[in-house]
Amino acid sequence: MSAATADPGNGTILRAHRVTKAFGGLVAVKEVDLEIPPTSIVSLIGPNGAGKTTFFNVIAGILDPTSGHVEFRGDRMIARPIRTWFEPVVWVTPSVVAGVISVLVYLATANADATALAVLAAIGLLIVMFLAAIVRPRWYLRLLATAGVFRSSRPNDMVKAGMGRTFQNIRLFANMTALENVQVGMHTKMRANAADALLSTPRARAEEKASQARAREFLGIVGLRGRAGELAKNLPYGDQRRLELARALASEPTLLLLDEPTAGMNPRETAQMTQLIDRLRRDLGISILLIEHDMKVVMGISDRIYVLDHGELISQGSPDAVRADPRVIEAYLGKPAS
Amino acid sequence: MTASAGAAGTRPQGFRGMRDRAGTLAASHRSITIIVGWIIVATALPLLMLVPPFSTFQTQSLWIDGFTNAGVFILLALGLNVVVGFAGLLDLGYAAFYAIGAYTYAFAASPTVPWISLHVPFWPMLLVGAAVAAMFGLLLGAPTLRLRGDYLAIVTLGFGEIVPAVFLNADKVTNGTNGIGGVYKPDLFGYQFTLGNPVPYYIAMVAIIAIVMILVYRLQDSRLGRAWMAVREDELAAASNGVNTVTTKLLAFALGASTAGLAGVFTASKLTFVSPDQFSFAVSFTILAMVVLGGMGNVWGVAVGAFLLYTIQSVLLKQLNPFFHTLNVPFLKDIDFVQYQFLLYGLALVLMMLLRPEGLFPSSRRRRELHTEVDEYVGDELGPDPSSSPMEQS
Repeated sequence: MSAATADPGNGTILRAHRVTKAFGGLVAVKEVDLEIPPTSIVSLIGPNGAGKTTFFNVIAGILDPTSGHVEFRGDRMIARPIRTWFEPVVWVTPSVVAGVISVLVYLATANADATALAVLAAIGLLIVMFLAAIVRPRWYLRLLATAGVFRSSRPNDMVKAGMGRTFQNIRLFANMTALENVQVGMHTKMRANAADALLSTPRARAEEKASQARAREFLGIVGLRGRAGELAKNLPYGDQRRLELARALASEPTLLLLDEPTAGMNPRETAQMTQLIDRLRRDLGISILLIEHDMKVVMGISDRIYVLDHGELISQGSPDAVRADPRVIEAYLGKPAS
Repeated sequence: MTASAGAAGTRPQGFRGMRDRAGTLAASHRSITIIVGWIIVATALPLLMLVPPFSTFQTQSLWIDGFTNAGVFILLALGLNVVVGFAGLLDLGYAAFYAIGAYTYAFAASPTVPWISLHVPFWPMLLVGAAVAAMFGLLLGAPTLRLRGDYLAIVTLGFGEIVPAVFLNADKVTNGTNGIGGVYKPDLFGYQFTLGNPVPYYIAMVAIIAIVMILVYRLQDSRLGRAWMAVREDELAAASNGVNTVTTKLLAFALGASTAGLAGVFTASKLTFVSPDQFSFAVSFTILAMVVLGGMGNVWGVAVGAFLLYTIQSVLLKQLNPFFHTLNVPFLKDIDFVQYQFLLYGLALVLMMLLRPEGLFPSSRRRRELHTEVDEYVGDELGPDPSSSPMEQS
């Protein structure tokens, strides 16, 4: 598998720098720093409501942080939006310029046709900029960057950059087959566009065929070989969890975010899942950020553990260090009666 | 469940095998299947109309003309199916794109346009009409991307009202209520289409539908089609798996609208006239009813739904009046059934939702969505024990 490795110069895959997320007055995540070295398993633990999933959603590009930023593979991908008020100015400027030109043309030549053309151009430019602002092509982002505007990456941009994720409450495409679910996961790795599909080009057909074979491989990795044709919703619970993992793997991520991958599993399934996660790191070289409640899982495979409580990082370090930290014990069990 | 499985089991093996083989053949050569299918349907239908009872209703020529008009609605339904059936975006203003396509052709090929006088040939204008409609599809899609369900429906409804209203009120450009008349009819290599002969329109229509159908099937089975499905199922999960939901939804709007553009250009050339009242909300609603009745998401089902609804509405309802009149049934003979068209639609939709919510010819996927209990039962029965599926050990 061609999961890319991090740049040799900067080893860290993901670096969260003082990430804060507030919902109105409620600070869900408060100035959290986190680093994920290459091919490591990092766990994020904490009592319910500690802000773990919120932090995940910030990293995955679903929520914008209130402050702080996230660097992924050396690129600053996520931060608080900057100067967004300036963005509409960027949209309107080309049209305003065209409008001014149309007025000047009219004043100079009194030619109604030329003026009408310039006005049409102004309207056209406005429409183009408006669509560009929604689709956000690369030239538009560069334009924004020169204007000093910053917007966080969207979830699909993060996937493209090499981040895969699963959800706490399984979010499969229930009415699609297992194979189709994994193929959706391969979306960023496929090139065929609408024109390819309409013309049914040989390239698109070959890619489609290859993607099916590849999707079966991913199903094999998580142990779902032979269940490709089944609808996701008809799979048993444990298999659904594994299918979601296969779907996340299909984008060939460098970093995998797993939100409680063993929730609701029996001890045997949990052991299998733990083994699988460990194997992903060892065989595929994928780094993993894990949210987990099962301490046996966490302590068994983590290289490093971060503990959140009420949105704040209260402890971090190796499993043994965290286990012995009195603040962690307090967060989980409460203060000893004095 | 077991009863139906038993019934299937008692079927002769040879028949099932043949049907299965035909099924796989059709799946692997879909474009050829569609072309052959349409050639058979298009030749059989006019021949069938020579036989009573159909021949007693109206002449074959009128039937063929009616089928061509039905074809316009098949096109519209195929396009709306991309938006509603594939991508799950409820669009109540679809007739707007139909109007845009029709006016595009009227502007380019009519001597009565107030501001310009062009005669662009019909065939390239088909593509231009589709492209212009697609562009407006993008423009409508762009502001609605964050909306879902009811809210999306209301915004699209608004767009569907705005477009005819603009055509109605911009009378310096569109002649307002009078519409644009004298639109040029198509010609092909010097052969001029005429109002008197419906056959060339009919053949052209069937060809356009067959091509559109092939393209729609290709889209459905592509990377984009899968992305549409994923967005329909769970937008957040789709985005978290790398699907760009913005472009995916915009493409659904644009490609869906382009088909309406084709239908619009065709209608304008066939009627040689466009006016704003041809594109009222009733048209949007009718198309949506066709898609729902036919079976959302199923390309052939939607086409059949559109054909049936249009034929019932434009032929059978009209025939009911003279029918009851000649029989002199008390009460019924005094009813103008065409007037009750929407009452009958409503009834049909209500019955449909109660008895067969997935439509007459549902896509297998929609059926699964709407009959979950049954499916889950099958899964329990046939699915292997969860603990017996071994993990791969390394």
